[in-house]
Amino acid sequence: MEKFYKFWKKFGENFQEGGKFEKLSSFYDAFDTFLFTPTTTAKKVGAQIHDGSDSKRTMIIVVLALIPCLLFGMFNVGYQHLLATGQLACGMTCALWWKALGFGVLAIIPFYLVSYIVGLGIEFIVAQIKHEEVAEGYLVTGFILPLILPINTPLWQVAIATAFAVIFAKEVFGGTGYNIFNVALIARAFLFFAYPASMTGDSVFVRLGSTWGWDGATAIDGWSGATTLTQLGTGMAAENASFWETFNGLMPGCVGETCVWAILIGAVLLLMTGVASWKVMLSILATAGVTAALFNAFGPDTAIANYPWYMHLISGGLLFGAVFMATDPVTGARTECGKWIYGALIGFMVILVRVLNPGFPEGMMLAILLGNAFAPLIDWCVVRRNVKHRMNR
Amino acid sequence: MLSKQTKEAFLGPLNANNPVLVQILGICSALAVTVQLKPALVMGISVTIIVALANVVIALIRKSIPMRIRIIVQLVVVAALVTIVSEILKAFAYDVAMQLSVYIGLIITNCILMGRLEAFAMTNNVKDSLMDGLGNGFGYAMILVIVAFLRELLGSGKLLGFQVIPQWCYDHGYTNCGMMLMPAMALILVGCVIWAHRSLNDKEGK
Repeated sequence: MEKFYKFWKKFGENFQEGGKFEKLSSFYDAFDTFLFTPTTTAKKVGAQIHDGSDSKRTMIIVVLALIPCLLFGMFNVGYQHLLATGQLACGMTCALWWKALGFGVLAIIPFYLVSYIVGLGIEFIVAQIKHEEVAEGYLVTGFILPLILPINTPLWQVAIATAFAVIFAKEVFGGTGYNIFNVALIARAFLFFAYPASMTGDSVFVRLGSTWGWDGATAIDGWSGATTLTQLGTGMAAENASFWETFNGLMPGCVGETCVWAILIGAVLLLMTGVASWKVMLSILATAGVTAALFNAFGPDTAIANYPWYMHLISGGLLFGAVFMATDPVTGARTECGKWIYGALIGFMVILVRVLNPGFPEGMMLAILLGNAFAPLIDWCVVRRNVKHRMNR
Repeated sequence: MLSKQTKEAFLGPLNANNPVLVQILGICSALAVTVQLKPALVMGISVTIIVALANVVIALIRKSIPMRIRIIVQLVVVAALVTIVSEILKAFAYDVAMQLSVYIGLIITNCILMGRLEAFAMTNNVKDSLMDGLGNGFGYAMILVIVAFLRELLGSGKLLGFQVIPQWCYDHGYTNCGMMLMPAMALILVGCVIWAHRSLNDKEGK
């Protein structure tokens, strides 16, 4: 390690002003700080600073927490493909298991390539123009984005949405840490409104055709790729997935959102390291649960209103959004009391959109974006109230 | 031929003092009528005619308008002109008039109009006022056309109602961007035009 460090520093001299690769100094800086900063570790004495951790380290933890979702998502993409094309009719074998995973990996890789090349490309250009270091923010955004998209989204649309989100949701506000809205969700929202045919419907969540020319097939009779929420929202007659099926997540949906236990592993990691706020997560889940239970009891007599509250919590993107997206420290509320209100707003809105708006089977994206919009106002009110309290003391 | 002041009255609003880009006026209608190029063109021409004529009329009678009721007088002039234009459109371009619906009527409340009448026609002679009205109208129409061009091209694949993007592209997976048809995207596009304009004109540096 010591040797590599010395080599790396020597290599870096090429990038300083006047060096061979001066124009690429942003690249070097990005990887340098990524691997070797902060150089200090937490001090043993003194109580002012808890930890030498910086935002880069925080981002890495989020990426680690997302890996179970990614792995499961890749498997599920392949599994759904095999299921839809009737290749699982004779049961699951070891060979088919690997085929499912391989198919999923091949299907996901292009998404990551597009997401990182476009997103980081813009980041590097902007950093070079503004003479700043490349900010690390896109690391997580680029990692989350493919996980919240249907697997059949055309790649050129992903590229446009990524460019749109990075430029208009982030760079115009001043870059990482200054954005008002969650960048990955803005990319998704752009796709949702610009190309609705790629984001909703029965056929977007399961890939039937070939991936890189491999294993193209047609669907078997009677197969439907609609998610549970779509079926409920549009009044499609279908037997709903049971609690454990939904919990395990071997069902159609956006890549990373289906499996509850994979998300819970990520949640545990985020909470143990203190990266995400448990208040936001708990607040969202509790409010969503209560709202859904109220609709169960008093709501209109539609399939989605009668969908049990505990099923609401584990289906669709609610849990994924609550764990990985609403807890974004930049776009969420920052005051401790504000976090409860912020979470409650999101939890309430997501069920409201699901149940009362027949056009949108899933409301988590819109709910979080609305929460993002209100987060500064919530913080401001909480701070004002605290100031008032203290003045009166 | 034209004096320097007259020239400035016409050229200023086209670029350095553009009503939409610099003064951020008339944004509401710029978002509403720019889904397609044709209504945007008609709207731009209507506003140009109305601003120019209203400016002339107000400049003619500017010395006899009592200061206390000048806003009312201006409104009456604008309202009369808007009604005339609206009737003409209904008679000769019914489809476009229907597409523009209330926005022709709402030219009365377009801030560019009241702004020009108050700020320019009330204190300048007829010739300058005419040029100022034309300049502001063209400045406004220019932005409308730029935004509408992008929105119709990317949102519907057409220009002035004709298919521009060939069927071949659609067969190979291209789709129109639905976001372009929404007012939100129009706002972002206007923002982009303002962005480009500022970075081109920012000579003083930061």
